[in-house]
Amino acid sequence: MGDHGDGHSEQGAVAKAGQSVAEKFQDPGIPPHRPRLADKDPRAAKRAERQVAILFGISVLGTLLFFWAYFGVRLDQTVATLRLQNLLLGLGTGFAMLGIGTGIVHWAKALMPDHEVSEERHEIRSEADRVAAVKIVDEILDETGIKRRPLIRNTLIGAVALAPLPAIAMFRDLGPLPANALSHTMWKEGTRLVHDPTGTPIKASDVTIGSAFHVIPDGLNEMTEGKLEAKAKAVVLLMRLNPELLHPSAGREDWSHDGIVAYSKICTHVGCPVALYEQQTHHLLCPCHQSTFDLTQECKVIFGPANRPLPQLPIKIDSEGYLVAQSDFHEPVGPSFWERS
Amino acid sequence: MSAVTETTYTPETSVGRITNFVDERVGGSGILREFGRKVFPDHWSFMFGEVALYSFVILLLSGTFLTFFFDPSMAETHYNGSFVPLKGVEMSVAYNSSLNISFDIRGGLFMRQVHHWAALLFVASVSVHMLRVFFTGAFRKPREMNWVVGGVLVILSMAAGFTGYSLPDDLLSGNGLRIIDGVIKSIPIIGTYISFFLFGGEFPGTHIIGRLFTLHILLIPAVILLMIAIHLFMVVVHKHTQYPGPGRNDHNVVGYPLGPVYAAKAGGFFFIVFGVVAFMAAAFTINPIWNYGPYDPSPVSAGTQPDWYIGWVDGALRLMPGWLFGFPLEWHIPFPWGVNTLTLNVLLPALVPAGIVFTVLFTYPWLERWITRDNREHHVLDRPRNAPTRTAIGMAGFVFYCVLWAAASSDLIATHFFVSLNDVTYWLRGLFFLGPILAFIATKRIALALQRKDREIALHGRETGRIVRLPHGEFIEVHAQLDDYKRYKLVGFESPEPMPGIPNSKGIVTKSEKRRAALSRFFFEDRVAPATPAELEAGHGHAEHEAIDPANHDAKSISH
Repeated sequence: MGDHGDGHSEQGAVAKAGQSVAEKFQDPGIPPHRPRLADKDPRAAKRAERQVAILFGISVLGTLLFFWAYFGVRLDQTVATLRLQNLLLGLGTGFAMLGIGTGIVHWAKALMPDHEVSEERHEIRSEADRVAAVKIVDEILDETGIKRRPLIRNTLIGAVALAPLPAIAMFRDLGPLPANALSHTMWKEGTRLVHDPTGTPIKASDVTIGSAFHVIPDGLNEMTEGKLEAKAKAVVLLMRLNPELLHPSAGREDWSHDGIVAYSKICTHVGCPVALYEQQTHHLLCPCHQSTFDLTQECKVIFGPANRPLPQLPIKIDSEGYLVAQSDFHEPVGPSFWERS
Repeated sequence: MSAVTETTYTPETSVGRITNFVDERVGGSGILREFGRKVFPDHWSFMFGEVALYSFVILLLSGTFLTFFFDPSMAETHYNGSFVPLKGVEMSVAYNSSLNISFDIRGGLFMRQVHHWAALLFVASVSVHMLRVFFTGAFRKPREMNWVVGGVLVILSMAAGFTGYSLPDDLLSGNGLRIIDGVIKSIPIIGTYISFFLFGGEFPGTHIIGRLFTLHILLIPAVILLMIAIHLFMVVVHKHTQYPGPGRNDHNVVGYPLGPVYAAKAGGFFFIVFGVVAFMAAAFTINPIWNYGPYDPSPVSAGTQPDWYIGWVDGALRLMPGWLFGFPLEWHIPFPWGVNTLTLNVLLPALVPAGIVFTVLFTYPWLERWITRDNREHHVLDRPRNAPTRTAIGMAGFVFYCVLWAAASSDLIATHFFVSLNDVTYWLRGLFFLGPILAFIATKRIALALQRKDREIALHGRETGRIVRLPHGEFIEVHAQLDDYKRYKLVGFESPEPMPGIPNSKGIVTKSEKRRAALSRFFFEDRVAPATPAELEAGHGHAEHEAIDPANHDAKSISH
């Protein structure tokens, strides 16, 4: 190698910085062919032939194994038979394929000629072609007259620029406009807090210190339309801790009941359920991205990628002693969005 | 049409008659003449691209099977299939049909596992293939455009993977979509609208699975196929690159002819890839959706992981703090019409790392060409050590990616190694900035050291392990000279030197030209020049090597 004098305009610099041909080792050319065992010894060739045939035979056995597994294994509603069938189907297919694959490759490597050959590369673009192509393009442009008739050119550009817009507008009906859908949930004054997913209401007296409940609003389970959408905003974590540990800010003093607090379960980062409650440290941890919220500081973010505290659901007890919401959340739950103030 | 002139060729065998029938009508002879003996260079690292192609074929085959049974509807239903623990559970039709594929269709689970493993392998092989192309400099002229097509294929493969991952509508994939929704909502001005349009209303809605299904089985695979066609067409136009070595240069291509050897090896390799994927599907459970349950916005399991190729983006989301030294990364900007929210703690990690990686990836061939002023065609690859700066840049990028990737498993790292999750995050945040720099320095030093070793071996031969005592008592180890072929592999490369800025027509070295010169220095300042025949000659002047050159070793010694 080393001779790159192929006439490209910018090439000189690097070649000069390299070494001159005289200072370089000469390319000794393709190394001589080293005969394989099967090239020299007919018995070795015969052996390789048998090995290839055996590999193809293994493939046949693999296919048979597949059919045996497909028809022979009875699925009996247990995961065990399912796994067994899956294993045997896979082994059958695997052997069927690998037998063919390794057989062919072994055949190629051991028996087909392995002489390296050299082929010339061709230039990707010949100068003659370039000249001819430029001439053709010029002629075509000339025949259209697009350069002489700017009126046609400009109106065409305008039309083509506008024409795709309807295609984009067509997607408008993919969904409704957001309006204020993200700002409210199905909680309202008096909505009972019920267990997720059973729907049984929660008595304040049943919530012991240190416990945590997954909570949904009463009536959610009975919804037929939009249930998951409502649930995706309304899920709440209910915890009770020593009232002295809570440090409610001004205006939030009466949002809890006897140390029982309810917070949105939807992470303010990107919306995963904040499902892990560390009872000893009173931390809530989001398992997706590890945002950590401190329950004793009104769920302020103390670690991780979230920025805002989890919104608190103001709660009280009704006449029967069941926990109910005082109102909806006072701010949108879940991840931030542009319109959120 | 009028009859073509009567052909005089009469085939004798039945195969010949069929072939001739086709040939006379579509002219296959010309194609066979062109490609039948086309030469392909051989190297194990060229097989990554093949693995990618073959796993895509496996994806098409297994995916087609799955579409016959999968129902992408989010309508509500109650499970009534064979898997007892979920009997009567409320779920979407999509999840129900995924369970039925697993439990009630023989081989359905196998096909699902083949499809999922092949998908993981597809993205992996595309990525590793891209690393191979980068580190060997195969993206250089004339292959820059094919490099870009490859970059598009990487993105498409991740898109295909993610849309497919979401289809079963199980708890894990639903939480993945929820994260996507949260990220989309962080986009300024249009984010909320995109979210509502994508999901057809509020998350999760009843449309998203059907829409992702169309993308996953129609649009994305069609574009991937088109890109693969362009990719392979360009491979034919350019012919394959080859590793440096004796007999190989930029004007030839050395290897095995397509028929029979290369075709047999490449064709056989398809079956090997398929066989390995089948074994994996047989033995290793992937995505056991029946353990997760249907999607429900309330529960989530700890230690959730995205598929590996999404990990680096998820890791970026984890690493970014919501507060930086008491400074909030969510901004509430007062505009005349009201306050709007800019969620930088979500927006930046979602866009910036991926933006950096893909911007560098797509522009790198042009950057390097501008810096090195190298506008020649390259068909002989660089051994990574012989391009130390490029290799170091590549490793810096690789480490950058891997830090983000590791961050996606920060919780599992913490629980498996009994370390604090917070500390893992702090360390990874530090490594995010320092890791690429350390990787750059270390890689460059290693590459230069390997070059020196090559030089040493080229000039003084390899160590034989034979210790000989000289008449005057000195012990030396006998070195055996390499033969010409082996030596040429070690010395046959270019070692460009830094280029000063070139004055323009007015004799001024412009600012941009000065920058170019500085970058050229950065690229080529540290260099180990290849050994020269003169140096070899000089080395042989030292008596030891020659005097004790063992007579019994069969390697050819250079004449001196």
